[in-house]
Amino acid sequence: MQNRKHKNKAVILRQLRENIIERFFQVNGLFAVIVLVGIFSLLLIEGLPALQSLGLKEFFLNRIWDPTSFERESYGLLSMIVSTLMVTLGAMVIAVPLGILCAAYIADIAKPRVREIIKPVIEILAGIPSVVIGFMGIIVVGPMLAKIFGTSNGLNAMNGSILLAVMSLPTIISISEDAILAVPQEFKNASLALGATRWQTLVRVTIPAAMSGIIASVMLGMGRAIGETMTVLMATGNAPAMPGGFFDSVRTMTATIAIELGETVQGGIHYKSLFVIGFVLFLMTFVVNLVSDVVLQKYQKVSR
Amino acid sequence: MDELILYTEHFNFYYGNFHALKNISMGMEAHKVTALIGPSGCGKSTFLRSLNRMNDIIPGTRVEGKVIFDGNDIYEKNVDVVDLRRKIGMVFQKSNPFPKSIFDNVAYGLYINGERNKSIIADRVEESLTGAALWDEVKDRLDKSALDLSGGQQQRLCIARALAIKPEIILMDEPASALDPIATQKIEELIFELKNEYTIVIVTHNMQQAARVSDFTAFFYLGELIEFGDTERIFTNPKLKKTEDYVTGRFG
Ligand SMILES: Nc1ncnc2c1ncn2[C@@H]1O[C@H](COP(=O)(O)OP(=O)(O)OP(=O)(O)O)[C@@H](O)[C@H]1O
Ligand SMILES: [Mg+2]
Repeated sequence: MQNRKHKNKAVILRQLRENIIERFFQVNGLFAVIVLVGIFSLLLIEGLPALQSLGLKEFFLNRIWDPTSFERESYGLLSMIVSTLMVTLGAMVIAVPLGILCAAYIADIAKPRVREIIKPVIEILAGIPSVVIGFMGIIVVGPMLAKIFGTSNGLNAMNGSILLAVMSLPTIISISEDAILAVPQEFKNASLALGATRWQTLVRVTIPAAMSGIIASVMLGMGRAIGETMTVLMATGNAPAMPGGFFDSVRTMTATIAIELGETVQGGIHYKSLFVIGFVLFLMTFVVNLVSDVVLQKYQKVSR
Repeated sequence: MDELILYTEHFNFYYGNFHALKNISMGMEAHKVTALIGPSGCGKSTFLRSLNRMNDIIPGTRVEGKVIFDGNDIYEKNVDVVDLRRKIGMVFQKSNPFPKSIFDNVAYGLYINGERNKSIIADRVEESLTGAALWDEVKDRLDKSALDLSGGQQQRLCIARALAIKPEIILMDEPASALDPIATQKIEELIFELKNEYTIVIVTHNMQQAARVSDFTAFFYLGELIEFGDTERIFTNPKLKKTEDYVTGRFG
Protein backbone atom coordinates (compact mmCIF):
# COMPACT_ATOMS: atom_id res chain seq x y z
CA MET A 1 0.00 0.00 0.00
CA GLN A 2 2.78 2.33 0.99
CA ASN A 3 4.58 1.40 -2.16
CA ARG A 4 1.60 2.08 -4.38
CA LYS A 5 1.08 5.54 -2.92
CA HIS A 6 4.71 6.28 -3.61
CA LYS A 7 4.31 5.12 -7.16
CA ASN A 8 1.27 7.30 -7.62
CA LYS A 9 3.25 10.31 -6.62
CA ALA A 10 5.90 9.51 -9.21
CA VAL A 11 3.24 9.08 -11.85
CA ILE A 12 1.62 12.40 -10.97
CA LEU A 13 4.96 14.14 -11.11
CA ARG A 14 5.70 12.64 -14.49
CA GLN A 15 2.32 13.62 -15.85
CA LEU A 16 2.84 17.13 -14.56
CA ARG A 17 6.16 17.34 -16.33
CA GLU A 18 4.64 16.02 -19.55
CA ASN A 19 1.91 18.61 -19.23
CA ILE A 20 4.33 21.45 -18.77
CA ILE A 21 6.36 20.36 -21.77
CA GLU A 22 3.24 20.08 -23.87
CA ARG A 23 2.11 23.57 -22.81
CA PHE A 24 5.53 24.92 -23.69
CA PHE A 25 5.21 23.63 -27.24
CA GLN A 26 1.67 24.93 -27.47
CA VAL A 27 2.79 28.39 -26.44
CA ASN A 28 5.54 28.33 -29.02
CA GLY A 29 3.16 27.26 -31.73
CA LEU A 30 0.70 29.89 -30.64
CA PHE A 31 3.40 32.52 -30.78
CA ALA A 32 4.13 31.69 -34.41
CA VAL A 33 0.45 31.99 -35.20
CA ILE A 34 0.22 35.32 -33.38
CA VAL A 35 3.14 36.75 -35.32
CA LEU A 36 1.58 35.56 -38.55
CA VAL A 37 -1.80 37.04 -37.73
CA GLY A 38 -0.05 40.22 -36.61
CA ILE A 39 1.70 40.66 -39.94
CA PHE A 40 -1.48 39.83 -41.77
CA SER A 41 -3.50 42.43 -39.84
CA LEU A 42 -0.81 45.08 -40.11
CA LEU A 43 -0.71 44.76 -43.88
CA LEU A 44 -4.48 44.72 -44.03
CA ILE A 45 -4.97 47.71 -41.72
CA GLU A 46 -2.35 49.78 -43.50
CA GLY A 47 -3.62 48.85 -46.91
CA LEU A 48 -7.36 48.89 -46.30
CA PRO A 49 -7.89 52.67 -46.67
CA ALA A 50 -6.32 52.52 -50.11
CA LEU A 51 -8.45 49.55 -51.07
CA GLN A 52 -11.56 51.33 -49.83
CA SER A 53 -11.00 54.65 -51.54
CA LEU A 54 -9.74 53.26 -54.85
CA GLY A 55 -11.71 50.05 -54.99
CA LEU A 56 -10.66 46.52 -55.91
CA LYS A 57 -11.33 47.29 -59.54
CA GLU A 58 -8.60 49.91 -59.68
CA PHE A 59 -6.06 47.51 -58.23
CA PHE A 60 -6.95 44.39 -60.11
CA LEU A 61 -8.39 45.53 -63.43
CA ASN A 62 -6.30 48.55 -64.24
CA ARG A 63 -3.25 47.40 -66.14
CA ILE A 64 -1.18 50.45 -65.34
CA TRP A 65 0.79 51.22 -62.22
CA ASP A 66 1.61 54.93 -62.12
CA PRO A 67 0.73 56.47 -58.75
CA THR A 68 2.64 59.69 -59.44
CA SER A 69 1.10 60.51 -62.82
CA PHE A 70 0.00 64.09 -63.40
CA GLU A 71 -2.98 63.18 -65.53
CA ARG A 72 -4.41 60.10 -63.86
CA GLU A 73 -2.89 58.24 -60.97
CA SER A 74 -3.07 54.50 -61.65
CA TYR A 75 -2.79 51.70 -59.15
CA GLY A 76 -3.00 48.56 -61.27
CA LEU A 77 -1.15 45.65 -59.65
CA LEU A 78 -1.58 43.26 -62.55
CA SER A 79 1.69 44.02 -64.28
CA MET A 80 3.76 43.43 -61.16
CA ILE A 81 1.81 40.34 -60.15
CA VAL A 82 2.45 38.91 -63.59
CA SER A 83 6.10 39.98 -63.35
CA THR A 84 6.55 38.31 -59.98
CA LEU A 85 4.87 35.13 -61.19
CA MET A 86 6.89 35.10 -64.38
CA VAL A 87 10.24 35.59 -62.71
CA THR A 88 9.42 33.06 -59.99
CA LEU A 89 8.04 30.39 -62.28
CA GLY A 90 10.93 30.93 -64.68
CA ALA A 91 13.30 30.42 -61.79
CA MET A 92 11.51 27.23 -60.78
CA VAL A 93 11.58 25.86 -64.32
CA ILE A 94 15.36 26.17 -64.16
CA ALA A 95 15.97 25.30 -60.54
CA VAL A 96 13.64 22.36 -59.93
CA PRO A 97 15.00 19.89 -62.48
CA LEU A 98 18.54 21.06 -61.93
CA GLY A 99 18.16 20.93 -58.16
CA ILE A 100 16.62 17.46 -58.08
CA LEU A 101 19.19 16.07 -60.50
CA CYS A 102 21.98 17.63 -58.51
CA ALA A 103 20.57 16.30 -55.24
CA ALA A 104 20.15 12.84 -56.73
CA TYR A 105 23.69 12.95 -58.02
CA ILE A 106 25.15 13.98 -54.69
CA ALA A 107 23.05 11.57 -52.65
CA ASP A 108 23.03 8.54 -54.88
CA ILE A 109 25.77 8.61 -57.47
CA ALA A 110 28.71 10.77 -56.44
CA LYS A 111 31.70 9.18 -54.77
CA PRO A 112 32.21 10.24 -51.16
CA ARG A 113 35.20 12.38 -52.13
CA VAL A 114 33.23 14.31 -54.75
CA ARG A 115 30.39 14.73 -52.30
CA GLU A 116 32.73 16.21 -49.73
CA ILE A 117 33.74 18.88 -52.22
CA ILE A 118 30.31 19.72 -53.62
CA LYS A 119 28.44 20.02 -50.34
CA PRO A 120 30.40 22.95 -48.88
CA VAL A 121 30.36 24.70 -52.25
CA ILE A 122 26.57 24.59 -52.21
CA GLU A 123 26.50 25.82 -48.64
CA ILE A 124 28.66 28.76 -49.62
CA LEU A 125 26.33 29.48 -52.51
CA ALA A 126 23.47 29.68 -50.02
CA GLY A 127 25.34 32.26 -48.02
CA ILE A 128 26.06 34.74 -50.81
CA PRO A 129 24.19 38.00 -50.11
CA SER A 130 21.47 38.84 -52.57
CA VAL A 131 23.16 42.14 -53.46
CA VAL A 132 26.16 40.22 -54.71
CA ILE A 133 23.99 37.95 -56.81
CA GLY A 134 22.22 41.01 -58.19
CA PHE A 135 25.59 42.49 -59.03
CA MET A 136 26.47 39.31 -60.93
CA GLY A 137 23.21 39.76 -62.78
CA ILE A 138 24.22 43.20 -63.92
CA ILE A 139 27.81 42.54 -64.91
CA VAL A 140 27.76 38.88 -65.97
CA VAL A 141 24.36 37.37 -66.72
CA GLY A 142 22.89 40.53 -68.27
CA PRO A 143 25.61 41.12 -70.86
CA MET A 144 25.67 37.41 -71.62
CA LEU A 145 21.95 37.31 -72.27
CA ALA A 146 22.18 40.45 -74.36
CA LYS A 147 24.89 38.87 -76.47
CA ILE A 148 23.19 35.50 -76.90
CA PHE A 149 19.73 36.82 -77.71
CA GLY A 150 20.77 40.06 -79.36
CA THR A 151 18.82 42.36 -77.10
CA SER A 152 19.96 45.86 -76.17
CA ASN A 153 20.55 44.94 -72.54
CA GLY A 154 20.11 41.85 -70.48
CA LEU A 155 18.19 43.39 -67.63
CA ASN A 156 14.95 41.50 -68.00
CA ALA A 157 12.71 38.78 -66.56
CA MET A 158 15.02 36.07 -67.86
CA ASN A 159 17.94 37.52 -65.97
CA GLY A 160 15.86 37.63 -62.80
CA SER A 161 14.75 34.04 -63.27
CA ILE A 162 18.31 32.81 -63.71
CA LEU A 163 19.51 34.63 -60.61
CA LEU A 164 16.57 33.49 -58.51
CA ALA A 165 17.19 29.96 -59.72
CA VAL A 166 20.75 30.24 -58.48
CA MET A 167 19.49 31.54 -55.16
CA SER A 168 16.88 28.86 -54.61
CA LEU A 169 19.11 26.01 -55.79
CA PRO A 170 20.96 25.53 -52.48
CA THR A 171 17.66 25.18 -50.62
CA ILE A 172 16.25 22.74 -53.15
CA ILE A 173 19.45 20.73 -53.39
CA SER A 174 20.22 20.33 -49.71
CA ILE A 175 16.70 19.47 -48.60
CA SER A 176 16.09 17.14 -51.54
CA GLU A 177 19.42 15.50 -50.92
CA ASP A 178 18.51 14.79 -47.33
CA ALA A 179 15.22 13.31 -48.48
CA ILE A 180 16.93 11.10 -51.05
CA LEU A 181 19.58 9.96 -48.58
CA ALA A 182 16.82 9.01 -46.16
CA VAL A 183 15.33 6.49 -48.58
CA PRO A 184 16.12 3.06 -47.11
CA GLN A 185 18.66 0.93 -48.95
CA GLU A 186 16.14 -1.93 -48.86
CA PHE A 187 13.97 -0.21 -51.46
CA LYS A 188 16.92 0.17 -53.76
CA ASN A 189 17.99 -3.43 -53.18
CA ALA A 190 14.50 -4.65 -54.01
CA SER A 191 14.53 -2.69 -57.23
CA LEU A 192 18.00 -3.80 -58.27
CA ALA A 193 17.19 -7.41 -57.47
CA LEU A 194 14.26 -7.18 -59.87
CA GLY A 195 16.68 -6.34 -62.63
CA ALA A 196 16.27 -2.58 -62.59
CA THR A 197 19.22 -0.49 -63.65
CA ARG A 198 20.65 2.05 -61.28
CA TRP A 199 19.02 4.80 -63.26
CA GLN A 200 15.60 3.10 -63.22
CA THR A 201 15.95 2.57 -59.51
CA LEU A 202 16.73 6.23 -58.98
CA VAL A 203 13.87 7.51 -61.12
CA ARG A 204 11.18 4.99 -60.24
CA VAL A 205 11.92 4.13 -56.62
CA THR A 206 14.32 6.46 -54.88
CA ILE A 207 13.00 9.80 -56.08
CA PRO A 208 9.31 8.87 -55.64
CA ALA A 209 10.08 7.61 -52.14
CA ALA A 210 11.73 10.94 -51.37
CA MET A 211 9.00 12.95 -53.04
CA SER A 212 7.47 14.58 -49.98
CA GLY A 213 10.85 16.00 -49.00
CA ILE A 214 11.52 17.08 -52.56
CA ILE A 215 8.19 18.88 -52.79
CA ALA A 216 8.92 20.61 -49.50
CA SER A 217 12.29 21.72 -50.84
CA VAL A 218 10.74 23.14 -53.98
CA MET A 219 8.16 25.04 -51.97
CA LEU A 220 10.81 26.52 -49.73
CA GLY A 221 12.90 27.46 -52.74
CA MET A 222 9.88 29.04 -54.35
CA GLY A 223 9.09 30.95 -51.20
CA ARG A 224 12.56 32.34 -51.30
CA ALA A 225 12.21 33.29 -54.95
CA ILE A 226 8.85 35.04 -54.59
CA GLY A 227 10.01 37.13 -51.68
CA GLU A 228 13.46 37.98 -53.01
CA THR A 229 13.82 41.72 -53.51
CA MET A 230 17.32 43.05 -53.97
CA THR A 231 18.37 40.65 -56.72
CA VAL A 232 15.36 41.24 -58.92
CA LEU A 233 15.46 44.94 -58.23
CA MET A 234 18.98 45.06 -59.59
CA ALA A 235 18.70 42.65 -62.46
CA THR A 236 15.31 42.94 -64.10
CA GLY A 237 15.37 46.52 -65.35
CA ASN A 238 12.36 47.68 -63.34
CA ALA A 239 10.02 48.83 -66.08
CA PRO A 240 6.64 49.09 -64.36
CA ALA A 241 4.64 47.76 -67.29
CA MET A 242 2.91 44.59 -68.31
CA PRO A 243 5.67 42.31 -69.64
CA GLY A 244 5.19 40.73 -73.04
CA GLY A 245 7.76 37.99 -72.53
CA PHE A 246 10.89 36.91 -70.74
CA PHE A 247 13.02 39.42 -72.61
CA ASP A 248 11.01 42.38 -71.38
CA SER A 249 12.17 44.38 -68.47
CA VAL A 250 9.91 43.74 -65.50
CA ARG A 251 9.28 45.10 -62.06
CA THR A 252 8.17 42.66 -59.41
CA MET A 253 5.99 43.38 -56.42
CA THR A 254 8.88 43.29 -54.00
CA ALA A 255 10.98 45.61 -56.14
CA THR A 256 8.12 48.09 -56.39
CA ILE A 257 7.72 48.24 -52.64
CA ALA A 258 11.45 48.62 -52.11
CA ILE A 259 11.84 51.33 -54.72
CA GLU A 260 8.82 53.44 -53.89
CA LEU A 261 8.35 53.16 -50.15
CA GLY A 262 11.01 55.74 -49.41
CA GLU A 263 9.70 58.25 -51.92
CA THR A 264 6.11 58.40 -50.84
CA VAL A 265 4.35 60.59 -48.31
CA GLN A 266 3.88 58.49 -45.23
CA GLY A 267 0.22 57.76 -44.71
CA GLY A 268 -0.71 58.93 -48.19
CA ILE A 269 -2.71 56.85 -50.62
CA HIS A 270 0.38 55.81 -52.59
CA TYR A 271 2.06 54.74 -49.37
CA LYS A 272 -0.97 52.74 -48.36
CA SER A 273 -1.28 51.10 -51.73
CA LEU A 274 2.24 49.73 -51.30
CA PHE A 275 0.88 47.86 -48.31
CA VAL A 276 -1.81 46.46 -50.56
CA ILE A 277 1.02 45.03 -52.68
CA GLY A 278 2.54 43.56 -49.55
CA PHE A 279 -0.79 42.08 -48.61
CA VAL A 280 -1.29 40.47 -52.01
CA LEU A 281 2.25 39.09 -51.86
CA PHE A 282 1.47 37.64 -48.47
CA LEU A 283 -1.62 35.98 -49.85
CA MET A 284 0.38 34.58 -52.75
CA THR A 285 2.95 32.92 -50.53
CA PHE A 286 0.10 31.68 -48.40
CA VAL A 287 -1.51 30.07 -51.43
CA VAL A 288 1.80 28.50 -52.44
CA ASN A 289 2.05 26.89 -49.03
CA LEU A 290 -1.54 25.78 -49.07
CA VAL A 291 -1.20 24.20 -52.48
CA SER A 292 1.99 22.44 -51.45
CA ASP A 293 0.23 21.05 -48.39
CA VAL A 294 -2.58 19.68 -50.50
CA VAL A 295 -0.17 18.18 -53.02
CA LEU A 296 1.85 16.65 -50.23
CA GLN A 297 -1.16 15.10 -48.58
CA LYS A 298 -2.45 13.69 -51.83
CA TYR A 299 0.96 12.27 -52.50
CA GLN A 300 1.33 10.70 -49.09
CA LYS A 301 -2.05 9.06 -49.38
CA VAL A 302 -0.85 7.09 -52.39
CA SER A 303 2.55 6.20 -51.08
CA ARG A 304 1.56 5.31 -47.57
CA MET B 1 22.41 -35.95 -59.95
CA ASP B 2 19.84 -34.40 -62.21
CA GLU B 3 20.34 -31.32 -64.24
CA LEU B 4 22.20 -28.57 -62.37
CA ILE B 5 20.77 -25.20 -63.27
CA LEU B 6 23.24 -23.28 -61.15
CA TYR B 7 26.53 -24.31 -59.61
CA THR B 8 29.65 -22.81 -58.15
CA GLU B 9 33.24 -23.89 -58.67
CA HIS B 10 35.88 -23.04 -56.11
CA PHE B 11 34.05 -19.88 -55.27
CA ASN B 12 35.69 -17.38 -52.91
CA PHE B 13 34.31 -14.12 -51.69
CA TYR B 14 36.09 -11.24 -49.96
CA TYR B 15 34.80 -8.15 -48.15
CA GLY B 16 38.00 -6.13 -48.45
CA ASN B 17 40.54 -8.35 -46.73
CA PHE B 18 37.97 -10.49 -45.01
CA HIS B 19 37.68 -13.91 -46.63
CA ALA B 20 33.94 -14.54 -46.21
CA LEU B 21 33.45 -17.57 -48.46
CA LYS B 22 36.10 -20.20 -48.87
CA ASN B 23 36.31 -22.44 -51.89
CA ILE B 24 32.64 -23.26 -52.22
CA SER B 25 31.67 -25.81 -54.84
CA MET B 26 28.05 -26.89 -54.93
CA GLY B 27 25.13 -27.08 -57.32
CA MET B 28 21.39 -26.40 -57.37
CA GLU B 29 19.09 -28.82 -59.15
CA ALA B 30 16.27 -27.41 -61.23
CA HIS B 31 12.82 -27.45 -59.64
CA LYS B 32 14.21 -28.38 -56.29
CA VAL B 33 14.55 -26.49 -53.05
CA THR B 34 18.07 -26.13 -51.70
CA ALA B 35 18.40 -24.94 -48.11
CA LEU B 36 21.45 -23.14 -46.74
CA ILE B 37 21.93 -23.55 -43.01
CA GLY B 38 24.63 -22.64 -40.54
CA PRO B 39 25.30 -20.42 -37.57
CA SER B 40 24.99 -16.66 -37.79
CA GLY B 41 27.81 -15.00 -39.70
CA CYS B 42 28.90 -18.15 -41.55
CA GLY B 43 28.28 -16.59 -44.96
CA LYS B 44 24.85 -17.85 -46.02
CA SER B 45 23.55 -14.44 -47.06
CA THR B 46 26.84 -13.62 -48.70
CA PHE B 47 26.65 -16.81 -50.71
CA LEU B 48 23.04 -16.18 -51.68
CA ARG B 49 23.80 -12.63 -52.79
CA SER B 50 26.72 -13.92 -54.82
CA LEU B 51 24.35 -16.00 -56.92
CA ASN B 52 22.64 -12.98 -58.49
CA ARG B 53 25.52 -10.57 -57.99
CA MET B 54 23.71 -8.42 -55.45
CA ASN B 55 27.07 -8.21 -53.69
CA ASP B 56 28.26 -6.00 -56.54
CA ILE B 57 26.52 -3.11 -54.77
CA ILE B 58 28.79 -3.41 -51.74
CA PRO B 59 32.00 -1.48 -52.35
CA GLY B 60 35.34 -3.19 -51.84
CA THR B 61 34.20 -6.74 -52.49
CA ARG B 62 35.96 -9.29 -54.68
CA VAL B 63 35.28 -12.78 -55.96
CA GLU B 64 37.36 -15.71 -57.17
CA GLY B 65 36.14 -18.85 -58.86
CA LYS B 66 33.04 -19.39 -60.90
CA VAL B 67 29.28 -19.32 -60.60
CA ILE B 68 27.82 -21.11 -63.59
CA PHE B 69 24.24 -20.38 -64.60
CA ASP B 70 22.80 -21.73 -67.84
CA GLY B 71 26.27 -22.84 -68.78
CA ASN B 72 27.94 -19.45 -68.40
CA ASP B 73 29.99 -17.89 -65.64
CA ILE B 74 27.92 -15.00 -64.27
CA TYR B 75 31.07 -13.18 -63.18
CA GLU B 76 32.40 -13.02 -66.71
CA LYS B 77 33.02 -9.49 -67.97
CA ASN B 78 30.39 -9.44 -70.70
CA VAL B 79 27.54 -10.62 -68.48
CA ASP B 80 24.61 -8.23 -68.19
CA VAL B 81 23.89 -8.02 -64.48
CA VAL B 82 20.45 -6.54 -65.07
CA ASP B 83 19.47 -9.47 -67.24
CA LEU B 84 20.94 -11.92 -64.75
CA ARG B 85 18.90 -10.52 -61.89
CA ARG B 86 15.75 -10.78 -63.96
CA LYS B 87 16.39 -14.49 -64.27
CA ILE B 88 17.51 -14.99 -60.67
CA GLY B 89 15.07 -13.22 -58.39
CA MET B 90 15.48 -12.51 -54.72
CA VAL B 91 13.35 -12.23 -51.60
CA PHE B 92 14.94 -10.51 -48.66
CA GLN B 93 14.92 -11.36 -44.98
CA LYS B 94 13.25 -8.08 -44.10
CA SER B 95 10.22 -7.63 -46.31
CA ASN B 96 10.76 -4.52 -48.38
CA PRO B 97 7.73 -3.54 -50.43
CA PHE B 98 8.03 -0.20 -52.18
CA PRO B 99 6.02 2.69 -50.73
CA LYS B 100 3.59 2.29 -53.60
CA SER B 101 0.25 0.59 -54.08
CA ILE B 102 -0.01 -3.20 -53.91
CA PHE B 103 -0.63 -3.31 -57.64
CA ASP B 104 2.33 -1.09 -58.49
CA ASN B 105 4.61 -3.19 -56.33
CA VAL B 106 3.89 -6.32 -58.32
CA ALA B 107 3.80 -4.47 -61.63
CA TYR B 108 7.15 -2.80 -61.00
CA GLY B 109 9.30 -5.54 -62.47
CA LEU B 110 7.15 -5.63 -65.60
CA TYR B 111 7.34 -1.87 -65.97
CA ILE B 112 11.09 -1.70 -65.84
CA ASN B 113 11.17 -4.52 -68.37
CA GLY B 114 9.34 -2.22 -70.74
CA GLU B 115 5.91 -3.87 -70.51
CA ARG B 116 3.25 -1.20 -71.04
CA ASN B 117 0.20 -3.21 -72.07
CA LYS B 118 -2.30 -2.62 -69.27
CA SER B 119 -4.22 -5.86 -69.61
CA ILE B 120 -1.07 -7.97 -69.76
CA ILE B 121 0.19 -6.24 -66.63
CA ALA B 122 -3.12 -6.67 -64.82
CA ASP B 123 -3.22 -10.36 -65.72
CA ARG B 124 0.32 -10.92 -64.57
CA VAL B 125 -0.29 -9.07 -61.31
CA GLU B 126 -3.25 -11.30 -60.54
CA GLU B 127 -1.34 -14.41 -61.56
CA SER B 128 1.63 -13.47 -59.37
CA LEU B 129 -0.46 -12.57 -56.36
CA THR B 130 -2.36 -15.81 -56.76
CA GLY B 131 0.94 -17.64 -57.06
CA ALA B 132 2.08 -16.04 -53.82
CA ALA B 133 -1.20 -17.02 -52.11
CA LEU B 134 -2.10 -13.41 -51.50
CA TRP B 135 -4.70 -12.64 -54.15
CA ASP B 136 -7.80 -13.37 -52.09
CA GLU B 137 -6.60 -11.17 -49.27
CA VAL B 138 -5.79 -8.12 -51.38
CA LYS B 139 -7.88 -8.29 -54.53
CA ASP B 140 -10.27 -5.60 -53.25
CA ARG B 141 -7.57 -3.15 -52.31
CA LEU B 142 -4.94 -3.37 -54.97
CA ASP B 143 -4.67 0.40 -55.13
CA LYS B 144 -3.99 0.73 -51.40
CA SER B 145 -0.52 1.22 -50.04
CA ALA B 146 1.54 -1.95 -49.67
CA LEU B 147 2.87 -0.62 -46.37
CA ASP B 148 -0.54 -1.11 -44.77
CA LEU B 149 -0.30 -4.89 -45.16
CA SER B 150 0.73 -7.12 -42.28
CA GLY B 151 4.31 -8.38 -42.08
CA GLY B 152 3.42 -11.80 -43.48
CA GLN B 153 1.36 -10.28 -46.27
CA GLN B 154 4.19 -7.91 -47.10
CA GLN B 155 6.59 -10.82 -47.41
CA ARG B 156 4.21 -12.69 -49.70
CA LEU B 157 3.83 -9.48 -51.69
CA CYS B 158 7.60 -9.41 -52.11
CA ILE B 159 7.43 -13.00 -53.34
CA ALA B 160 4.67 -12.04 -55.77
CA ARG B 161 6.79 -9.13 -56.94
CA ALA B 162 9.66 -11.52 -57.63
CA LEU B 163 7.34 -13.98 -59.42
CA ALA B 164 5.91 -11.32 -61.71
CA ILE B 165 8.94 -11.25 -63.96
CA LYS B 166 9.01 -15.05 -64.14
CA PRO B 167 12.54 -15.71 -62.96
CA GLU B 168 14.07 -19.16 -63.27
CA ILE B 169 15.51 -19.19 -59.79
CA ILE B 170 14.29 -17.52 -56.61
CA LEU B 171 16.75 -16.81 -53.83
CA MET B 172 15.15 -16.39 -50.40
CA ASP B 173 17.06 -15.06 -47.42
CA GLU B 174 15.26 -16.14 -44.27
CA PRO B 175 11.91 -15.18 -45.76
CA ALA B 176 9.93 -16.22 -42.70
CA SER B 177 12.24 -15.21 -39.91
CA ALA B 178 10.15 -12.21 -38.88
CA LEU B 179 6.81 -13.96 -39.13
CA ASP B 180 4.50 -15.78 -36.74
CA PRO B 181 3.99 -19.56 -37.06
CA ILE B 182 0.86 -19.26 -39.19
CA ALA B 183 2.39 -16.80 -41.63
CA THR B 184 5.51 -18.97 -41.66
CA GLN B 185 3.45 -22.01 -42.52
CA LYS B 186 1.85 -20.12 -45.39
CA ILE B 187 5.26 -19.23 -46.77
CA GLU B 188 6.39 -22.83 -46.45
CA GLU B 189 3.34 -24.13 -48.26
CA LEU B 190 4.00 -21.53 -50.88
CA ILE B 191 7.58 -22.67 -51.35
CA PHE B 192 6.29 -26.18 -51.82
CA GLU B 193 3.95 -24.96 -54.57
CA LEU B 194 6.55 -22.76 -56.20
CA LYS B 195 9.07 -25.49 -56.79
CA ASN B 196 6.93 -26.90 -59.57
CA GLU B 197 7.83 -23.88 -61.63
CA TYR B 198 10.92 -22.44 -60.03
CA THR B 199 14.21 -23.48 -58.56
CA ILE B 200 14.52 -22.21 -55.02
CA VAL B 201 17.49 -21.52 -52.80
CA ILE B 202 16.53 -20.64 -49.25
CA VAL B 203 18.51 -19.52 -46.23
CA THR B 204 16.99 -20.48 -42.93
CA HIS B 205 17.88 -20.66 -39.25
CA ASN B 206 15.00 -22.95 -38.57
CA MET B 207 16.08 -26.60 -38.75
CA GLN B 208 12.55 -27.91 -38.96
CA GLN B 209 11.85 -25.52 -41.75
CA ALA B 210 14.87 -26.67 -43.70
CA ALA B 211 13.84 -30.30 -43.10
CA ARG B 212 10.26 -29.61 -44.16
CA VAL B 213 10.71 -27.56 -47.30
CA SER B 214 14.01 -28.49 -48.85
CA ASP B 215 15.24 -31.33 -51.04
CA PHE B 216 18.91 -30.56 -50.50
CA THR B 217 20.68 -28.96 -47.60
CA ALA B 218 24.04 -27.24 -47.44
CA PHE B 219 25.67 -26.66 -44.07
CA PHE B 220 27.99 -23.66 -43.89
CA TYR B 221 30.41 -22.92 -41.11
CA LEU B 222 32.82 -19.97 -40.90
CA GLY B 223 32.69 -19.36 -44.62
CA GLU B 224 33.18 -22.97 -45.58
CA LEU B 225 30.77 -25.48 -47.02
CA ILE B 226 30.99 -28.30 -44.50
CA GLU B 227 28.48 -30.75 -45.86
CA PHE B 228 26.01 -30.83 -48.71
CA GLY B 229 23.50 -33.47 -49.72
CA ASP B 230 19.95 -34.79 -49.59
CA THR B 231 18.07 -33.05 -46.85
CA GLU B 232 16.89 -36.32 -45.43
CA ARG B 233 20.39 -37.69 -45.16
CA ILE B 234 21.83 -34.47 -43.71
CA PHE B 235 19.24 -34.51 -40.96
CA THR B 236 19.15 -38.21 -40.22
CA ASN B 237 22.58 -39.45 -41.09
CA PRO B 238 25.15 -36.67 -41.46
CA LYS B 239 28.66 -37.72 -42.34
CA LEU B 240 30.39 -35.17 -40.22
CA LYS B 241 30.24 -34.62 -36.51
CA LYS B 242 30.00 -30.84 -36.93
CA THR B 243 26.92 -31.15 -39.10
CA GLU B 244 25.31 -33.52 -36.68
CA ASP B 245 25.98 -31.19 -33.78
CA TYR B 246 24.45 -28.31 -35.64
CA VAL B 247 21.32 -29.99 -36.96
CA THR B 248 20.57 -31.55 -33.62
CA GLY B 249 20.95 -28.17 -31.97
CA ARG B 250 24.01 -28.97 -29.87
CA PHE B 251 25.66 -25.78 -31.00
CA GLY B 252 24.68 -22.79 -33.09
N1 LIG C 1 28.79 -5.64 -46.13
C1 LIG C 1 29.72 -6.33 -45.43
N2 LIG C 1 30.95 -5.81 -45.23
C2 LIG C 1 31.88 -6.50 -44.54
N3 LIG C 1 31.67 -7.71 -44.00
C3 LIG C 1 30.47 -8.28 -44.15
C4 LIG C 1 29.42 -7.62 -44.87
N4 LIG C 1 28.34 -8.41 -44.87
C5 LIG C 1 28.69 -9.51 -44.17
N5 LIG C 1 29.95 -9.45 -43.75
C6 LIG C 1 30.67 -10.48 -42.98
O1 LIG C 1 30.68 -11.65 -43.72
C7 LIG C 1 30.41 -12.76 -42.90
C8 LIG C 1 29.23 -13.51 -43.42
O2 LIG C 1 28.09 -12.69 -43.32
P1 LIG C 1 26.67 -13.15 -43.81
O3 LIG C 1 25.76 -12.01 -43.68
O4 LIG C 1 26.79 -13.76 -45.12
O5 LIG C 1 26.31 -14.25 -42.72
P2 LIG C 1 24.98 -15.10 -42.55
O6 LIG C 1 25.38 -16.52 -42.58
O7 LIG C 1 23.96 -14.66 -43.52
O8 LIG C 1 24.54 -14.72 -41.09
P3 LIG C 1 23.07 -14.55 -40.49
O9 LIG C 1 22.57 -15.91 -40.27
O10 LIG C 1 23.29 -13.82 -39.21
O11 LIG C 1 22.28 -13.76 -41.47
C9 LIG C 1 30.20 -12.21 -41.50
O12 LIG C 1 31.39 -12.40 -40.76
C10 LIG C 1 29.95 -10.75 -41.71
O13 LIG C 1 30.45 -10.00 -40.64
MG1 LIG D 1 22.07 -13.64 -43.34
